[in-house]
Amino acid sequence: MRKTPEIPSASMADIAFMLLIFFITATSMDVDSGLERVLPQMPPENQKQDDTPPIKERNVFSVLLDANNRLMVEGELIRIENLKEKTKEFLTNPNNSENLPETKETEIPILGSVEVTKGVISLRNDQGTQYGMYLHVQNELVAAINELRNELATTKFNKIYANCTGEQQDAIREAIPSRISEAEPKTIGGKK
Amino acid sequence: MSKFRKSGNKETPAISTASLPDIVFMLLFFFMVTTTIRDVSLLVSIKTPSATELTKLEKKSLVSYIYVGPPQKQFIKTYGTEPRIQLNDQFAKVSDIPDYILAERAARDEAEIPFMVTSLKVDEFTKMQIVGEIKQELRKAAALHINYSSRKADKVK
Repeated sequence: MRKTPEIPSASMADIAFMLLIFFITATSMDVDSGLERVLPQMPPENQKQDDTPPIKERNVFSVLLDANNRLMVEGELIRIENLKEKTKEFLTNPNNSENLPETKETEIPILGSVEVTKGVISLRNDQGTQYGMYLHVQNELVAAINELRNELATTKFNKIYANCTGEQQDAIREAIPSRISEAEPKTIGGKK
Repeated sequence: MSKFRKSGNKETPAISTASLPDIVFMLLFFFMVTTTIRDVSLLVSIKTPSATELTKLEKKSLVSYIYVGPPQKQFIKTYGTEPRIQLNDQFAKVSDIPDYILAERAARDEAEIPFMVTSLKVDEFTKMQIVGEIKQELRKAAALHINYSSRKADKVK
């Protein structure tokens, strides 16, 4: 029987390199991540504007962003660095102050009886607001809620929120709800 | 009698390259497994804002992307410098978004539709007007779960 001659494998490396380079250039490795939000449902068309029950003034945390990226919280201009602290103060109401939101004692499984805030964050931006600024504000608001959840999780379960079981996370979410409502954009301040 | 003889004219042996293809193949497989093929070429230039409270997009197959930003250099002549929307491989209008969402839904399994996420890749310096319009369209199309794509940062500047 005649021996079949061996296939030269010297060029194998070159071929593999070519494939490798093709795949490196054609692909993207970046993991997509971002700020997750859920939009409110479209109201049914026959619903009247004034159908929603009125919310008490003290339960609303109004955040306004104007066309010049200025931030106004509860009627005063503030710096964005202070937004997170203000939000946390609003959501917890540590001193049971009159002008911060009411709390309602609620029985939650696992956690027991918890004071749940009735506060709602109302975010309104201008048509001309910069998207980067808007996202920064959103980020601070979400950060405030996440921090509160982490604090609660650490005191109750001795671990951070992300490491809790699904059941525990549900309980914490119920104790510290994330209620950020976004108004339809209007033109606030600045020229258009 | 010396044990250490001068190795004067001894040449160093060449490193064997026989295993080189194997090494390269290993690298190749690594890249093939870890990466996803880039599916669209960007027509708009986007620098997403940075944020700290990020969630990862878990299932890439369930994500539909909406890109918003100023057109790239070669398109400025035809499309101007104002931020535009890009869906798939072309520029689009805000009114095209519901159709796009429907098409994206039709391409998925029915059981997967509730888990679909719309990722908004928007340039930092875009005005909110266009983003607000997109959000309204998404609400109309009942694609409520969105993700504002952003870069990871320890602290937002």
